[in-house]
Amino acid sequence: MTDRALNTQESAITWHHLDQEDHDHGGGATILGFWIYLMSDALIFASLFAMFGVVSTSYAGGPVPRQIFDIPLVALNTALLLASSITFGQAIPHMEAGRLSSTRRWLAVTGLLGAAFVGVELYEFAHLIAEGAGPQRSAFLSAFFTLVGTHGAHVTVGLIWIAVMLVQIGQNGLNGEIKRRIVCLSMFWHFLDIIWIGVFNFVYLYGVIR
Amino acid sequence: MSTHSLHVASDGNRGHGRRSYWTGCALAVILTVIPFWLVMARPLHDPGWTAAIIFALALVQIVVHVVSFLHLDTQSEEGWTLLAFLFTAVIVILTIGGSVWVMYHLNTNMMPMP
Repeated sequence: MTDRALNTQESAITWHHLDQEDHDHGGGATILGFWIYLMSDALIFASLFAMFGVVSTSYAGGPVPRQIFDIPLVALNTALLLASSITFGQAIPHMEAGRLSSTRRWLAVTGLLGAAFVGVELYEFAHLIAEGAGPQRSAFLSAFFTLVGTHGAHVTVGLIWIAVMLVQIGQNGLNGEIKRRIVCLSMFWHFLDIIWIGVFNFVYLYGVIR
Repeated sequence: MSTHSLHVASDGNRGHGRRSYWTGCALAVILTVIPFWLVMARPLHDPGWTAAIIFALALVQIVVHVVSFLHLDTQSEEGWTLLAFLFTAVIVILTIGGSVWVMYHLNTNMMPMP
């Protein structure tokens, strides 16, 4: 009898706990943990930026930024990524209100803009390599491909994550766990846009005026 | 509740959160367009000044994105997100600034000047 009462009480506590988690998008611990991950990722990019900064004029007689960087193309790419960050911000209030189809639509738009960004970047890389400005040409180009390529790889992972979330929303709807994952994904996506601010200013724009 | 998520904390006052988001969007677009315009149209002839303005705007834009899009404030997670961010910022500045500074002087002192 006492056992039973205890069990009921326990399950009530568990239920209450889950309910609260639902309101919090899965609790603060996950969000804080993901924030710490983003900060550690920022340190990876910091070391790549530092490496690029150190060798950014080591051309080894090869092409210099002014000759190979296509600034209008970079402007297009920057616009695509910034727009995708803004459309992700559009998805969040729909998600919080539990509006399934609007959330999926804004996530899909974000994914398409992100895919266009990766497409333009791959085109740029292919163009540079075809011109003989590949990563093995000089220290400057090695550092450039490493830094911008690492960012592009992150965006690609973000695209896969968006696709997974679209499928999971379709299967499970917008429950607390899904909401928590989308909030983490939104932080990841905005973080990549912040890294891109550093890339377009310090690598591309500063590269062509120095 | 002691464990607010980032979004919950900033959307406690939802109208404020959305206003901050739209302000962030407008500022982000402006702060992106100005550096591209400075480099593509070259209204300033001195590259040093152009570079200085670009760098300053980049730092401002990073702060705008962190506040408006990542919703960093002093309250969320009882200040732990802010503390982690400030610690990261210090390490980032030390890593990038220190590397470039030290290696620039090494180059100047060790290598024949072109």
